[in-house]
Amino acid sequence: MATQHYTSTAKLLHWLMAILLFGLLALGFYMHDLPLSPDKLKLYSWHKWAGVSAFLLVGFRLLWRFTHRPPALPESMPKLMQFAAHAGHLALYGLMLAIPLSGWLMSSAKGFQTVWFGVLPIPDLLDKNKEVGDLLQTVHMSLNLLFVAVLAGHIGAALKHHFIDKDDILIRMAPRHSKEN
Amino acid sequence: MKRLAFALAFATLIPAAHAVEYTQVQSDKSAINFVYKQMGVAVDGKFRKFSSQLNFDPAKPAAAKASFAVELASVDTGATEGDEEVAGKAWFNTKAFPTAQFVSGNVKALGGNKYEVAGRLTIKGKVQDVVVPATFTAQGNVGVFDGAFTIRRADFTIGEGAWAKFDIVANDVLIKFRITASSK
Repeated sequence: MATQHYTSTAKLLHWLMAILLFGLLALGFYMHDLPLSPDKLKLYSWHKWAGVSAFLLVGFRLLWRFTHRPPALPESMPKLMQFAAHAGHLALYGLMLAIPLSGWLMSSAKGFQTVWFGVLPIPDLLDKNKEVGDLLQTVHMSLNLLFVAVLAGHIGAALKHHFIDKDDILIRMAPRHSKEN
Repeated sequence: MKRLAFALAFATLIPAAHAVEYTQVQSDKSAINFVYKQMGVAVDGKFRKFSSQLNFDPAKPAAAKASFAVELASVDTGATEGDEEVAGKAWFNTKAFPTAQFVSGNVKALGGNKYEVAGRLTIKGKVQDVVVPATFTAQGNVGVFDGAFTIRRADFTIGEGAWAKFDIVANDVLIKFRITASSK
């Protein structure tokens, strides 16, 4: 049976965001513990710019997904597994929206406005408030830990499909090989 | 002509008759804030504690005197990490220089409720002459001074070493104040 691939645009968005989100996660966990320095402030700005970019990309990706139905899951998959797969993807999308939102609100509450690439100011929705800022920092951190857990499930599941179930779940998100066409 | 002179003399007496000297600064209704740019983004903060001495009679602005001592360790940058950093040696070095002082010199009335206060600002052992524009609004025996002026942090070696460049934290710092004072 021929593999039903995702659209090239969906693949591009998936892998572009994979790189971006791993970068954002790594940068976030790294910069958080740094002592205050000009470099730390620079990294925070970059993290915020990349976060806004990721939010815009996920918005476009959702739009693409709603207008381009992804290939169906193989019928060999048990119903419970199919449900878990859909729930997992829903969680990933939810977190990809909620995490940048929480970061943006945290920045507002902490009194550091987000200005995309230092050019486009994102309005502050919240007034400066230390308690709210600290709370949102905990929220941002917790959502990211949850995201790492769901990502581990996502990658684990993709590898299980490929190496254990030996179906085409992983292949249909992979770049096409010329010999397949 | 005599009449006019008399009228003028009388007119100048009227404010004198109502003259009130504002001397009691109400710290709970006063604030000293600052705004600076961090990678082009305006960030504000404030100082929670300062002491002051003030003598201001709107009828005799030239005789006005003001001095302020701002407790630099009372800085609020919005983040605990930031507060600790700017109290340190590279910034204010509050252990060696606990206060920033402003002492007024000439006070000029610019007409209306506008004034220009020349003075000396001492921070971290460095002295600079500054000119501070201010407005004064009186309501009965309470008067409010509002104003803002810009200093360059490098003039006072605020932010040394890694912070000395202005690419992350700009040189210009806008000092904004609101001082509420009552008469005795």
